[in-house]
Amino acid sequence: MKKKKCVAMLLAGGQGSRLKALTTTVAKPAVSFGGKYRIIDFPLSNCTNSGIDTVGVLTQYQPLVLNEYIGTGESWDLDRKNGGAHVLAPYQAKKGARWYEGTANAIYQNIQFLNKYDSEHVLILSGDHIYKMDYSRMLAQHTETDADITIAVIDVPIEEASRFGIMSYDKNFRIFDFAEKPKEPKSNHASMGVYLFKKDVLVRMLEEDDADPDSEKDFGKNIIPKMLAENMRVFAYQFDGYWKDVGTLKSLWEANMDLLGVDPVFSLYDGTWKIYSGNDAYPPALLLTKDGSVTNSIVTEGDIISGRVVNSVIGEGVTIGEGAVVENSVVFSGSVIGAGAKLSYAIIDENVRVGENCVLGDAKSSPDKITLVGRNCEIPDGTTIASGSITEAE
Amino acid sequence: MKTLGIIFSNIHERDIPELTKVRTLASVPYGGRYRLIDFVLSNMVNSGITNIGIIAKYNYQSLMDHVQSGKSWGLARKNGGLTILPPFNDVSGGGVFNNRFEAIKSVGGFIRHNEADYVVMADCDIVCNLDLAPAIAAHEKNHADITMIYRKKNVDSSDKYRMVIETDDSGKVIRSSMNDGSSGEKKVYTDFMIITRRTLLYIIDHSDQWGINSFSRDILSNIREYNIYGYEMDGYYAAVNSLNDYYKHSMELLNPEVVRELFYKGGAEIYTKVRDSAPAKFTDTSFVRDSMIADGCIIEGEVENSIIFRGCHIAKGAKVTNSIIMQDARIDAGSTLNCVIMDKAAHVLENRLLSGHPTHPYYIEKEAEI
Repeated sequence: MKKKKCVAMLLAGGQGSRLKALTTTVAKPAVSFGGKYRIIDFPLSNCTNSGIDTVGVLTQYQPLVLNEYIGTGESWDLDRKNGGAHVLAPYQAKKGARWYEGTANAIYQNIQFLNKYDSEHVLILSGDHIYKMDYSRMLAQHTETDADITIAVIDVPIEEASRFGIMSYDKNFRIFDFAEKPKEPKSNHASMGVYLFKKDVLVRMLEEDDADPDSEKDFGKNIIPKMLAENMRVFAYQFDGYWKDVGTLKSLWEANMDLLGVDPVFSLYDGTWKIYSGNDAYPPALLLTKDGSVTNSIVTEGDIISGRVVNSVIGEGVTIGEGAVVENSVVFSGSVIGAGAKLSYAIIDENVRVGENCVLGDAKSSPDKITLVGRNCEIPDGTTIASGSITEAE
Repeated sequence: MKTLGIIFSNIHERDIPELTKVRTLASVPYGGRYRLIDFVLSNMVNSGITNIGIIAKYNYQSLMDHVQSGKSWGLARKNGGLTILPPFNDVSGGGVFNNRFEAIKSVGGFIRHNEADYVVMADCDIVCNLDLAPAIAAHEKNHADITMIYRKKNVDSSDKYRMVIETDDSGKVIRSSMNDGSSGEKKVYTDFMIITRRTLLYIIDHSDQWGINSFSRDILSNIREYNIYGYEMDGYYAAVNSLNDYYKHSMELLNPEVVRELFYKGGAEIYTKVRDSAPAKFTDTSFVRDSMIADGCIIEGEVENSIIFRGCHIAKGAKVTNSIIMQDARIDAGSTLNCVIMDKAAHVLENRLLSGHPTHPYYIEKEAEI
């Protein structure tokens, strides 16, 4: 087997509890986005487009939907003879079964996978972000600087900096200071959770970390500070494109809205960097509105729309009945919005049935008060649901 | 029971010269994201047929590009799967085949080196969602040599080259002939045929000796020699045999009942090559009603009673009515199109005014600029 230059490990086990009912039965990377995508499509497509053809996907929490979705990796062109996408679940080793204890421990438990491919470098990714990034450029800088680790950074507004891992680097991009979620951030260079290691360095650091009983087994809290303390070659790769952490209902809603408009904040239409996805076999959308009122919105194949859709993102195979109004909302695949229903600032998960003349949220609400309806819910005709509330199936 | 599928990719293409000038009938775009062959190919796959040969003749580059390994239909397999059968296969020389029987003869080796009990033959001009499994079961039960799949319908001009049959109570064909043009409800043959493979090989082996060179004239009309049954197909059905048929049947897809039947019947889906387009985007200035819009479109203008294929851009102030706009076409600001069939990647510049009539749609060729 020919040796790989770089193998990616995608941490996809996150529970994503701040997404509330959206992640009750699915892992966060499997949450829907942008009409036909799931969050994990972005890192997986980035890998394919960057020439990385071997990706270990580390699952843990609620893996069913995710495992089925990844399948052979065919959707992202990652069904390969040598390499491809591999789902790596926690398993029972000789010493007993262990759940992944932290980001570093998750990779440590799959060290056999890394040794099997024995690539020169290992790229660590998370399944929580919406962005388009060419990892091959990061790899080029990483090899040029002979870094032990390169950390992708993005500049965030300083008032938000204490939510992230914050670092300071010199003019050669060498990092001299790193603090995980600091109360008083020293810069606005935030870690994107994208780490590129020399493989041998990674294996050594993980082994040492595992032997340390005081470690929380986390890259940001333990591994990176230790590498800095040992004066290893720790570099930053400055990224300046669109990058959105979709960890909350508000940020998920905002990221969907960022797709709208003639000149959107984040475009999926530039053709040079395709985002691949599962692609179900739906016919094109049918727009049967009387007044032609689907405006500033995204509509996906399989939809049958007879109502009004404004400033919204509609997933695959959604039916919106006559007289229904969907405004400032995100509707995931397979849901049915009954005739006459009104939705404002709502996120409707997959396969929900909203009965006729229901009122969900109100037009004066805001992205801070999203009305959420969980997967497979049935909302009876005529129900009113206050804005900001969460409804889940039993 | 094992069944082999054979698809004729080019028969009937002389009937739609506009759309088949640059491609084979099989790869004519249809229904916003499909090619005509997707329907017959998906029908076969959904009926459990996983070994399929496609007979190609001319212009088959677009077909090969579309079907590739057959992966999109679940046909990239170790056993069987999809095989493209190029022309010039006939060792007896004489070049490319001229009709269906010659085509079948030219791929005799493919049929011989196969373990199927039955062979299903079909063309690409039929748009339907048909479960062939009950028809194959009936063929087996009847110990038929051939089963002709037919539709009961009032014959019209679109049926002029089709055969009509009469059957007895058991379904056995008791009369078969070319349509004589008389009106009324008849059993019209769809060119979907099930034939027992051994019978087919026997006919091929003796065709020179017996002077057989046409299915319709020498085999399907010879009901004394062959045990031929009919099988009725019901449900939605469209035969695309002229540009007018193409336009008329395409527009039927704007009816949600037709969409439900054609694309969702019994859970059987119609598959096509995956393109990974982003979903369709509508802007503040868009106005769309009674239309079918595929993924990858950006609609800034007005669209009414039209079918817009993948990746089209309708600019602000452009107006498209009663039209079919194929993939990657662009219509610039201020242009108005009515009853137009616009082929792939064509481009209408600003402020053009183009109109056909519902019975005579105006056709714009592939990659043309107006």
